[in-house]
Amino acid sequence: MRLVLRETLNAFRRAPLLSALSITTIAFSLFVFGLFGLVAVNIRRAIGSVAERVEVVAYLKRGTLLETITVASADIEAFPEVERVAHVTELEALARARRDLTEFQDIFQDLEVNPLPASLEVRLKPLFRNAAHVAEVARRLRSFGFVDDVRYGRDWVEKLDRLRNIAGAVGTVVGAAFALVAIIIIGTTIRMAVLQRSREIAIMRLVGATDRFIRMPFLLEGLVKGTLGGVLAVGLSLGAWALINSALIRAAFFSPAQAAMGIVAGGLLGLAGSALAVGRHLRSV
Amino acid sequence: MIKFTDVTKEYPKTGAALKNATFHVRKGEFAFVTGHSGAGKSTALRLIYLAELPTAGDVRVSGFATGRMSPAEIPRLRRRLGIVFQDFQLLEDRTAEENVAFALEVTGARRAAIGPRVMRVLTQVGLAGKARQYPRELSGGEQQRVAIARALVNDPVVLLADEPTGNLDERATRGVFQLLRDINASGTAVLMATHDLDLVRSLPGGHLIELQAGEVVYDSAGDAPPEGGAL
Repeated sequence: MRLVLRETLNAFRRAPLLSALSITTIAFSLFVFGLFGLVAVNIRRAIGSVAERVEVVAYLKRGTLLETITVASADIEAFPEVERVAHVTELEALARARRDLTEFQDIFQDLEVNPLPASLEVRLKPLFRNAAHVAEVARRLRSFGFVDDVRYGRDWVEKLDRLRNIAGAVGTVVGAAFALVAIIIIGTTIRMAVLQRSREIAIMRLVGATDRFIRMPFLLEGLVKGTLGGVLAVGLSLGAWALINSALIRAAFFSPAQAAMGIVAGGLLGLAGSALAVGRHLRSV
Repeated sequence: MIKFTDVTKEYPKTGAALKNATFHVRKGEFAFVTGHSGAGKSTALRLIYLAELPTAGDVRVSGFATGRMSPAEIPRLRRRLGIVFQDFQLLEDRTAEENVAFALEVTGARRAAIGPRVMRVLTQVGLAGKARQYPRELSGGEQQRVAIARALVNDPVVLLADEPTGNLDERATRGVFQLLRDINASGTAVLMATHDLDLVRSLPGGHLIELQAGEVVYDSAGDAPPEGGAL
């Protein structure tokens, strides 16, 4: 192991320029992928914040007993799709209307009878905030005898669904293309490092080194270069994000876990690229 | 110890480099493989250290039947051979002693044993005083001595030398050849591919195998009478 570490360090020491170039190349290809990731994260977040407003409202028949509502609320809350159920009484509905709908304040002031029904506002868990699940929950709510009407803004939810699908498809295709380009560039960079040392590999073989022994320093080198490239890419993304944030729009950055995943992905790409390049080289000579 | 039986090696583009070659190099021998360039000398050596596999026939090296070896066994065989090339094949970014130590390190030798063994072989080839020099700081003859030291450091049963004097001037050639003779005198078999017939003549007791267009046309140890050998 000590020899593997020494050989890896030697590789960096003997070809510092090529090593720096590989790390920079890896960093920039991951950075491009990272920029795309930032766009994706922010679009996702924007769609998520819109989707938070997805709510199914069940208007209740007048005179429904509070006890019935309480029991039903518990039942509804037990639906797998449901995050939380809020009971809005007739009085609360009126108070809310007076507060929120200021342009109709006069009308709401002079009422003798409260025209607004009580309701159950049902919020869904993030995964179920789409047209199909919303419609299904609405259908089940309608089956309660005390429910008069169910509203959820079908058109709006369907549009949100479409937006989400388009963003998802574009994200997958563009993301895959960027990832592929990053993999090809990283693979080529590492292959160059392997070719640069092909003489050394040939000599190692002639003096009886096993392929496993030859491979190890390259794998470690790939892992180190990939990880350093990943760290640099996260740094570059952070710089780009700070620039965008100060000059253009308020945007979100990766969570620490996502940033760590990026670095780990860099390391793994370096490792896989090395394994492929060395394996190919060892098979070809 | 090295036994070729009806060995043929064909390449898809250039055709047969070796045709039904049969010869036997015994333990402790000094053997020459001679012939013009393209006669198949290097191919024969490559088949011994398993850079190639024969198209037909049987190659046996130090108890290994090379045609039936698993890839994992190949390094084990190579550790029993010492190999020297015309172009030295030294790592330019390592000193003479690092080049020699390299052959021990990659075979997993104990660290404590490496230094003394490296110095022993460098002394044997007369380069103890230049252990810390890089190949570019050494003459051609000295570089070849480093390569020979590297080949010797694992105590091989046979030293394979492919035109080891091909890049050297006359004086360096004599020095390197004498070194190979000394190594042979201490018990290590030497198989040397060369087209330098003066060298061959200077060692009358050597085993001579002559190749022409891939065929063994003369074998001084063989039972068959010589068939138009070039000597």
